[in-house]
Amino acid sequence: MSGHTDMVLVDKKGIRIDGRTADEHRAFKIEAGVLNNADGSAYVEIGKNKVLAAVYGPRECHPRHLQNPSKAIIQCKYNMEAFSVSDRKRPGPDRRSIEISKITAEALESVVLTELYPRASIDVYIEILQANAGTRCAGLTAASVALADAGIPMRDIIPACAAGKADGKVLLDLNKEEDNFGDADVPIAIIPSTDEIVLLQMDGNMTRREFDKAIKMAMGACHELYDVQKDALKRRYSVDCKEAEPDEQ
Amino acid sequence: MSNEVISEIRRDHIINLLGEGKRTDGRKLDDFRNIEFETNCIESADGSARVKVGKTEIIAGVKIVPGTPFPDTPNQGVLTTGAELIPMAHPSFEAGPPTEDSIELARVVDRGIRESKMVDVEKLCITEGEKVWMCFIDMYALDYDGNLFDAANLAAVLALKTAVIPAEQYGEGKNKPLPVTCMPISVTSYKIGNTLILDPNFDEEHISCARLTVTTDNKGNFRAMQKGGKGSFTLDELNLCLDASVAKGKEIRKIIG
Repeated sequence: MSGHTDMVLVDKKGIRIDGRTADEHRAFKIEAGVLNNADGSAYVEIGKNKVLAAVYGPRECHPRHLQNPSKAIIQCKYNMEAFSVSDRKRPGPDRRSIEISKITAEALESVVLTELYPRASIDVYIEILQANAGTRCAGLTAASVALADAGIPMRDIIPACAAGKADGKVLLDLNKEEDNFGDADVPIAIIPSTDEIVLLQMDGNMTRREFDKAIKMAMGACHELYDVQKDALKRRYSVDCKEAEPDEQ
Repeated sequence: MSNEVISEIRRDHIINLLGEGKRTDGRKLDDFRNIEFETNCIESADGSARVKVGKTEIIAGVKIVPGTPFPDTPNQGVLTTGAELIPMAHPSFEAGPPTEDSIELARVVDRGIRESKMVDVEKLCITEGEKVWMCFIDMYALDYDGNLFDAANLAAVLALKTAVIPAEQYGEGKNKPLPVTCMPISVTSYKIGNTLILDPNFDEEHISCARLTVTTDNKGNFRAMQKGGKGSFTLDELNLCLDASVAKGKEIRKIIG
């Protein structure tokens, strides 16, 4: 949020640089079950963001001292590929990715029935193949589809989407330019069946009224994304059934 | 922070009292503990503050040195925030590289300071593209009894507010105060069951399921937020957290002047 630029992010007609209106999200594309070895996986595109998520587990928890005798723990690793951003990113975890991993795991833990798997670990890997603002939301969206694909019991699946502010206007689902040169960013994730908020961050500068509007917009987009998540899971398993039939004859 | 176990009987006691709107130490749900602070307590630092919120104690120091700016912001100084949860502060803290808890703590404090533009980084430019002042804020927890987020924010903000750029030491002219524009104050709401409280002590913090840190500026606008914990917030609860942060932020701003 540098906020200082001559770049026009929203024109006089209210159209953004990528042609969207203020309350329009980028194109969503979700596929479930895209990897062989993982117990569950998902591929998500939100605009130019390309994200893979994989789930292993429930399996034995390593390191052992992290085991919880009453429930499973969720260990999440969010990682950006070196080539995912315009300047090469130095490989390996940095402070940002450690923080995102932590809040993603906490958000997932609110819906996974961890009490069914004492002492186990559910490992979630999120790889950002291409980043264009909003990767933590895309990553969490992918991770919850991957958990469902792995057959892990959950109360619900979590969609995540951001809203923000640029050129003084509240906008849904910021792109890279709006994130870099805009005034605020508010990523959220919700449990769609109850509208409870399980991830919320904010940076920038917003009045109460702007914030309320941003939350409302982001929640609306989360519900749309939720339908795409469910659709991806349905497609994944309806295809499987058709393919499985000839084998069994 | 840490996975300490609170006994069932203690947990039930705290929750039963909360049901009556009371807390184990007699505070109201939205009361902070006593805030004490001392600034410029470390002479070797360019700015420092030692803050006590109840029995939680944290010290922050600022060091300012000349360095090269980032290529994408050639006319801006550099601001870096670090936090250490050292073993001295609590038996559950271990020595070693930063944990995810200490990284989150530092990043949330950093976000409030950065996004509120508390430090006017453009005034930290010495020669554009070549030399700027780099401002390092380092925080160390000394005694941990809950609510490190708000205590750390206070310590960092107070240390910055009193910081002086040591220009003479580096032959860059006269010493001058660090250019500070506002006071970002964070107020963290913790959710225990369905009750929201402010400034939890250790036991309260460890039975809470979720927290929301909200940092406001002098105008009461929102500058940074961070939800943590495995629980969730409803929209109504979110609104209560926002109200609390604006109201309590105002009170705290008065206390620290």
